[in-house]
Amino acid sequence: MEYISLFVKSIFVDNMIFAYFLGMCSYLAVSKNVKTANGLGIAVIFVLLITLPVNYLLNKFVLQPGALRWLGAGFADVDLSFLSFILFIAVIAAIVQVVEMVVEKFLPTLYASLGIYLPLIAVNCAILGAALFMQQREFANVGEATVYALGSGIGWYLAIVALAAIREKLAYSNVPAGLKGIGITFITVGLMGIAFMAFMGISL
Amino acid sequence: MGKLKETFLNPILKGNPITVLVLGICSALAVTVELKGACVMALSVIVVTGVSSLIASLLRNTIPNRVRIVIQLVIVAMMVILVDQFLKAFAFAIDKQLSVYIGLIITNCIVMGRIEAFALGNKPIPSLVDGLANGLGYGLILIAVAFFRELFGSGTLFGVPVLSALGYTNNGLVILPPMALIILGLIIWAQRSVQKDLQEK
Repeated sequence: MEYISLFVKSIFVDNMIFAYFLGMCSYLAVSKNVKTANGLGIAVIFVLLITLPVNYLLNKFVLQPGALRWLGAGFADVDLSFLSFILFIAVIAAIVQVVEMVVEKFLPTLYASLGIYLPLIAVNCAILGAALFMQQREFANVGEATVYALGSGIGWYLAIVALAAIREKLAYSNVPAGLKGIGITFITVGLMGIAFMAFMGISL
Repeated sequence: MGKLKETFLNPILKGNPITVLVLGICSALAVTVELKGACVMALSVIVVTGVSSLIASLLRNTIPNRVRIVIQLVIVAMMVILVDQFLKAFAFAIDKQLSVYIGLIITNCIVMGRIEAFALGNKPIPSLVDGLANGLGYGLILIAVAFFRELFGSGTLFGVPVLSALGYTNNGLVILPPMALIILGLIIWAQRSVQKDLQEK
């Protein structure tokens, strides 16, 4: 039950885009049509699902204050949490690199559709942001971290596909010259965010 | 000297990283509820972009092309850790308020983008200027958005009552995340109405 509640919450209430503005750069740049948005969205879910549990274990057994206790009593008061940014980003960059190679070798069709987006994701704020939120919220176990990763990935996916669909239609409408392109996109995202706020305060 | 001045002025107006290049939006919007947070964030980004561009430029001839992204990430992450530790030591309350967004400067596209596009091909001093100016252009927009959000959302500026002293009823909507996007959209509209060559077809 807890898992379901966390899952729904991370998709709708704590939506990566509308509540925290994470991964905005690629969100705005790659939402011109639904097909590419679909590819990037799936790639984000995929990478989040793999990196977040790894970063969770890293945080729990290496970075947290006293996390190195398993090495021996002498390590009980070592606090490496100041290293978390650099280790998280290193893990993300490394995993993205490995995933790219594995997918290229064994799943050529998936690689053809995700191809160019995979390397970009290493610098997508949504991935690092999810890792930092995971650290801040102190999830109880790997299961919770994985469910959170899946939920926020799906939330991001929904947001980018929805925006891409709207922008496809928007291309045919008559927008004031100064607002064309990025200006109207910002306002659209803002209005979508207001719609998503209807989910706020839902408790499961 | 003229070229240096242009390197400095261009990112602030004509090539503003947020409104024109649309880079680094992620952290730009979340920290704009109050002017104070926005100023600290702007300063942090200026320091990080400036110094990491300088370091990357100093190392540019020794970085192998294939691993450059990883090396850039390490330089930026190191700078961000320094800024974060500094804030934790001297401005703990603000560091708590900015929460994960300080860490997210690492993946802020402005920093990586400027290293990739400018610092790796230019001498250290122009790179430092370019980094600082881009940080400044980013900071200006951040502060402009925060100005409107704090003024109309809480009726204060830097925590000092301005509109609320005149009997203004706070508009709670402006504090909420979606309004940051809409205000930024309006700022872009205003800028493009003046600088017509930036308009998209």
